[in-house]
Amino acid sequence: MPKDHGIGASDKRREDVRFLTGAGHYTDDIKTYGATVAVFCRSTVAHGIIKSIDTSEAEGMPGVLAIFTGADFADVGGNPAGWLINSRNGEPMKEPKRPVLAHGKVRHVGDAYAAVIAETELQARNAAEAIVAEIEELPAIVDMAAALAGDTFVHDEIGTNQCFDWGWIEDNRAATDAAIKAAPHVTTLELVNNRLVPNAMEPRCSIGNYDAGNDSYVLQTTSQNPHLTRLLISAFVMGIPENKLTVIAPDVGGGFGSKIYHYGEEALVLAAARKIGRPVKWTADRTEAFLTDAHGRDHVTKIELACEKDGTFIAFRTETMANVGAYLSNFSTATPTFLHGTLMAGNYTVPNVYVNVKAVFTNTAPVDAYRGAGRPEATYSIERVIDKAARELGIDPIAIRRKNFVKPDQYPFTSAAGLEYDSGNYDALMDRLEKHIDREGFAARRKESEAKGMLRGLGLNAYIEACGIAPSNLVGVLGSRVGLYDAATVRVNATGNLSVMVGAHSHGQGHETVFPQIVGEMLGIDPASVEIVHGDTSKIPFGMGTYGSRSLAVCGSAMVRATEKIIAKAKKIAAHMLEASADDVDFKDGQFTIKGTDKSVSFGEVALKAYIPHNFPLEDIEPGLEETAFYDPANFTYPSGAYACEVEVDPDTGKVRVDRFIAVDDFGNIMNPMIVTGQVHGGLGQGIGQALLEGARYDDDGQLLSASYMDYTMPRADDLPFYTVDHANGTPCTHNPLGVKGCGEAGAIGSPPTIVNAVVDALQSAGKNFTHIDMPLTPLRVWESMQTA
Amino acid sequence: MASVTMQVNGKSVSKDVEGRTLLVDFLRNDLRLTGTHVGCDTSQCGACVVHVNGQSVKACAMFAIEADGAEVATIEGQANADGSLNVIQQAFQDHHGLQCGFCTPGMVMTAAALLKENPKPSEAEVRSYLEGNICRCTGYHNIVKAIMAASGQDVAAIAAE
Repeated sequence: MPKDHGIGASDKRREDVRFLTGAGHYTDDIKTYGATVAVFCRSTVAHGIIKSIDTSEAEGMPGVLAIFTGADFADVGGNPAGWLINSRNGEPMKEPKRPVLAHGKVRHVGDAYAAVIAETELQARNAAEAIVAEIEELPAIVDMAAALAGDTFVHDEIGTNQCFDWGWIEDNRAATDAAIKAAPHVTTLELVNNRLVPNAMEPRCSIGNYDAGNDSYVLQTTSQNPHLTRLLISAFVMGIPENKLTVIAPDVGGGFGSKIYHYGEEALVLAAARKIGRPVKWTADRTEAFLTDAHGRDHVTKIELACEKDGTFIAFRTETMANVGAYLSNFSTATPTFLHGTLMAGNYTVPNVYVNVKAVFTNTAPVDAYRGAGRPEATYSIERVIDKAARELGIDPIAIRRKNFVKPDQYPFTSAAGLEYDSGNYDALMDRLEKHIDREGFAARRKESEAKGMLRGLGLNAYIEACGIAPSNLVGVLGSRVGLYDAATVRVNATGNLSVMVGAHSHGQGHETVFPQIVGEMLGIDPASVEIVHGDTSKIPFGMGTYGSRSLAVCGSAMVRATEKIIAKAKKIAAHMLEASADDVDFKDGQFTIKGTDKSVSFGEVALKAYIPHNFPLEDIEPGLEETAFYDPANFTYPSGAYACEVEVDPDTGKVRVDRFIAVDDFGNIMNPMIVTGQVHGGLGQGIGQALLEGARYDDDGQLLSASYMDYTMPRADDLPFYTVDHANGTPCTHNPLGVKGCGEAGAIGSPPTIVNAVVDALQSAGKNFTHIDMPLTPLRVWESMQTA
Repeated sequence: MASVTMQVNGKSVSKDVEGRTLLVDFLRNDLRLTGTHVGCDTSQCGACVVHVNGQSVKACAMFAIEADGAEVATIEGQANADGSLNVIQQAFQDHHGLQCGFCTPGMVMTAAALLKENPKPSEAEVRSYLEGNICRCTGYHNIVKAIMAASGQDVAAIAAE
């Protein structure tokens, strides 16, 4: 029976009221007195040498206050990669400098080489058009294989377009090769994981403010992790002391990864604010977002699955080229490696796994983590090749997966790719999926479709992912240059209500509602009396922000720990008030009682006493009631799931319609089912979008052909069905206090192979002899495949 | 500069604007009604939908001076007189029809226009009507459900959760 309130209840979101009434405060909504506008000059060519930049005419134009070029930032630091990857030969990855503004060369269409600050946007745009840059165009490097083979380099100083050549686990290479060589059956699949643009609906926006009186800065910006942004600006790019820089991310209109990273525009508006002594605002238009937000995916992969004739898996071997674009974005080197290679055993007991990833520089926008980040690429490769193997071997797609699943009594289970899965029950998920999909009725549904001239396919899939990133110890071993804990401060105010300052950032996830449900239940108080404070480095403790489905598992755990400290201290205060020993104090439903007596005091009375400490034993108890906890988990969390969908394909047009989609997930314990369901819906929308509609396309000259909503197909309401989502009866995470696993990315991880498996099934039902189509499965691609198969 | 006068959420406003000022910039910058959002520059995303003389309009595709003399309704004027959420807004909250909230004002304004034209739309009619509004967070499931619920239809049977 669902609860009415507290942990596990579908409390309605309190943040909705401001969003539904137009009272939200997104960065571009901030209107500051005296604010000026920044507009960037961006390269229209993919690759070229900057011969000269003539700003003389622009400088004299109306309203122009300042002009910056790359030369102005030649002496400041580069925007660094947060993760050091070593190649198989032990060499560290190549790390060319990523400057605030391009200097010497432009390296992708959209690369900014100058910026104009003016009184109004129109004045800034007019002046930007008057800046004359002489750029000698060089051949564009777009295709990854050509980039590795060629002698033209995106970064001349490194003399190669290969960032690294990584093997995981290198010591398993020989054994995997030998196992594949000796295997009775090997299925091989070459596939492309299509390049995507995250497309948060709110374009990026940054406002720089400088206070000459204190020599201090405030950056208001669209960020998923304001403390990380501050750290990068302070320690690497600008050298502003951390205690002289406040970063504020107010309401943020979606992120999906693209707002994790520090971008040059943030540094520029700070530098400009200092130079002109006034606030400077930059707001991206949508085409700038397409050209400069970090893109996602873009892998070219060959995967081999070796198995016995009965379908028992022997080995997975993967070779991948991963595009990192023109510069290393902050997590770009972790995404194709430790967020991808470590998942290449999937949900399976396969004994041999080896992954080789070559990361490649190209004259395209930087590529980094986008919802799922590496795990969708892993799941897609594994689950597509399993489907192909099942067909080749004549084994049912569910049976072949069940045969190889890790079994419930095997946890903790160390996979052949090196991760220790703490919990799960993949057969139970598949049982539930089978109940939902009515497989027996499929033949009749297929017949019905065929009567209408349509083809029907059923696609199946299982996934596991690693999220809630993560243990600092582990990621440190894997190359992370930052820790990945989080932090929360619980402040009980004198009047008994609470302010909870958290390192996580909410940009759609509902923290303002869910976090109070947890604290309220722990303290036996009304969640409405708990206010969540996030997004402002001057108010919150040093947390690492929101990405990798980590907010609840990591920051939520920190909040639980801080609340436990509050309870411990409050018990001491209650004991003092009731003249008893703290050991004899019980706390339940907001009341402190003394065992075996009728003496009690409420949480509110204790709170007030904490701030009016008359007669306090000050040697034992400090005044006040405020606690901070940092939480660094022992492991990732490992959500898993079993997904299915049915599609109808129109053989005359190639159009695919998703008729039904069923997602069964294990997220451990559920804090707010309504919000978890919503997270799955959103992930499914993006994953189905990747499978059927979306693709960032560069032409051979490095021009982005899909740089607007006229050209890049975003999923619309009529592209998607109602989904069936089931996340009941999960297996609790064994190592965090709430038993929770991340739910933010699952839908985007599990859905693409489900869709493609279904379309292949549909086309095979028409006797078409082919086994794969690359995403997105547009009508043209499907139709063409049908003509040639 | 040209003078424009319009009724915005029932209040008369007059301002001098440049002829090229878009209605959405007039609302956001001149009137400080920042609930109407800009999510693209090609009139695709629908985050800027408002009503002009009762019709839903993308405020990025219209000059402010074209609304001279018009009645304009924005998200800020949609709540009930006592400040409580109206039926559509309440349905969006009840059915979790929003996450980051950025597309939400446009969705609510579009939904209001739909329900005025078609008081009991089918699922297909709702999805079709939302063609000009993009949401990246929700996968649309709960938006469609909220709009159908706001029309008084029983949505309890819609796909298990």
